Amino acid sequence: MNTKAISDHKFFTFKTKILLVLSIAAIILIIYRLIYGLGRVTNLSDTTPWGLWISFDVITGVALAAGGFTITFAAYIAGWEKYKAIAKAATLTAFIGYLLAVTGVFLDLGKPFSIWHPLFFWQPHSVMFEIVVCITIYTTVLFLEFLPWLLERLNILTGLKNLLEKKSVILVLVILGIMLSYGHQSSLGGLFLLAPDKLHPLWYTHFIHHLFYLSAICAGLSMVSIETIFGSNMLKKPYELNILEGLARGTSIALLVYFLVRFIDLAINNRLIYVYEGSIESILFIIEISLGVLLPMVILSVKNMRLSIPALILSHFMVIGGLLLNRFNVVFLTEKGLQSNRFYLPSWQEIIVTIGLISLGIFLYKIIVINLPIFNSSAKE
Amino acid sequence: MANGVLVDITKCIGCRSCQIACKAWHSLDASYNLMNGNLTMPKELNDNNYTLIEFKENKTSNRAWKFIKKQCFHCKEPACASACPVGALRKMKNSSVIYDQWLCIGCRYCMIACPFNIPKYEWNTTNPWIRKCDFCDDRIDDGLEPACVKACPMKVMYFGDYKNIVKEAKRRIKNNPDKYINYIYGEKEAGGTSWIYISDKPFEELGFKMNIPKKSYPLITWKNSLSKILWEEAGLLAILGSLLYLRTRKDKKGDKN
Ligand code: SF4
Ligand code: SF4
Ligand code: SF4
Repeated sequence: MNTKAISDHKFFTFKTKILLVLSIAAIILIIYRLIYGLGRVTNLSDTTPWGLWISFDVITGVALAAGGFTITFAAYIAGWEKYKAIAKAATLTAFIGYLLAVTGVFLDLGKPFSIWHPLFFWQPHSVMFEIVVCITIYTTVLFLEFLPWLLERLNILTGLKNLLEKKSVILVLVILGIMLSYGHQSSLGGLFLLAPDKLHPLWYTHFIHHLFYLSAICAGLSMVSIETIFGSNMLKKPYELNILEGLARGTSIALLVYFLVRFIDLAINNRLIYVYEGSIESILFIIEISLGVLLPMVILSVKNMRLSIPALILSHFMVIGGLLLNRFNVVFLTEKGLQSNRFYLPSWQEIIVTIGLISLGIFLYKIIVINLPIFNSSAKE
Repeated sequence: MANGVLVDITKCIGCRSCQIACKAWHSLDASYNLMNGNLTMPKELNDNNYTLIEFKENKTSNRAWKFIKKQCFHCKEPACASACPVGALRKMKNSSVIYDQWLCIGCRYCMIACPFNIPKYEWNTTNPWIRKCDFCDDRIDDGLEPACVKACPMKVMYFGDYKNIVKEAKRRIKNNPDKYINYIYGEKEAGGTSWIYISDKPFEELGFKMNIPKKSYPLITWKNSLSKILWEEAGLLAILGSLLYLRTRKDKKGDKN
């Protein structure tokens, strides 16, 4: 056991200090935003009602946290034992990711302190309602999965800890997590079903919610892989090539499924012609598909590549980049349909808050990994 | 009663009395804009302007100057209301689509959802509201016509029972086939709207959106996604459950051997 090695690890390195400074900058801006309103800190307007915070912090962030439910599925439902070693880390990232996404929603709402309204004033015909409810419950589920590790460390409430660590309870939480994830991951795409007149036909389809779900699985797996690689770097442990190889294979297969579904859908709706349209949209589409889906899919289908750390890092980042581009395309092309010839660029405050929140996430992750049994106890299982 | 308004674009002279009346009735401040090579004033709908007359100079086919009244269409099945997670936007019996600022959480999904880009936002306050035309809901409940309809000196807008205004639109088109385009804008758009338009110039030249699907918007999300979710979740549960069952049974067998 390398607990000692971990706690000896110097905590306040230069990088950590930068993370801390960025987090504090974000918190100051957040307070400013809460006092003075959205108009003063963001570049949002009637023609771009959704900006960086919704498209990146929330919609992309949630998709990248999809590794949580994918890995717990592999480890607990499919029973591929090796993934148990990273199940905790993946759950932790998902938990932090969702906390950040909820913070993003909170900031972006015009009336942040009414964030609880959807839980009481139901409007089940709204996709947004479904998302809010699913995300709230799922964040709670993630918290319950995370709680025992905290309790173990603090050495309190052992009864509750043992209850939450019972096999049956874990399984119930895992299944609930998978179901809730399907609900909101797909519904984030479902939001745009209401934009048939705005979104470009290369993205608009009555299947868009399923595409969001499938692409979240791809990017979630990539995120977990990157995290596993950097986690090993941070703790100065050898790379877990066995796991990384499996994840890469999974990513490649998931990308293939996503690609096929997306193209069959375009073909059925007779929309393939738009690919050759030569417009900005078609160029964006080609970049998104070739660099974000096809290339990493091909690289990761080669066994030697799946065993090479640089190739893994490169292709997983391509997948993440592709997902990011996809979400940006959907949100901002929809808004282009809001009659605007005005161009939205996020304000520096929006950018700092986004970077600061990510830094805060990494910072939290670091504290937790160093102090709680996330990586080191996995050996026991 | 299902109310409606027929807007006859051929009759408008661009005097903007309706704009003033709307502001007066809703106690909205005057907007000061510079002329920007265009007589439309203010330039666009916003949190302070529920309606405006758009001045459209037609440069392509036979030159003409047209004045188009813009405001919420009060869709029969409003996309905005179906989008709202808390039901802050609602279609009322009197046909108006109105807004409840106490329920609203400010997610602005209604702005994304509305096919006509009508809901606007108060960007510069700490307790912002969605702002849009409310069909003078309070007036029509009292049996009055909307303020803008009343103020119009040219009787551009005809307010009445929805069936009657559609009949009237058809009658005008039939009696003057040379004058009017044979199209009622809003009769089918987004499943039909309570405000409908007739015109003597093609609607696309006047800046009306022509790519709006002629079907109910709320049904798009309901049919494709929301109505199915519970079934999909049940299916998912069944799959996960049986996977787990099969696996544990296999494990147990393995233990015995
Ligand atoms: S025009 Fe837009 S804001 Fe007005 S009722 Fe229809 S969807 Fe709602
Ligand atoms: S901004 Fe307000 S009215 Fe519009 S959808 Fe969100 S909660 Fe509803
Ligand atoms: S119906 Fe009432 S709120 Fe709507 S534009 Fe006319 S005056 Fe304004």
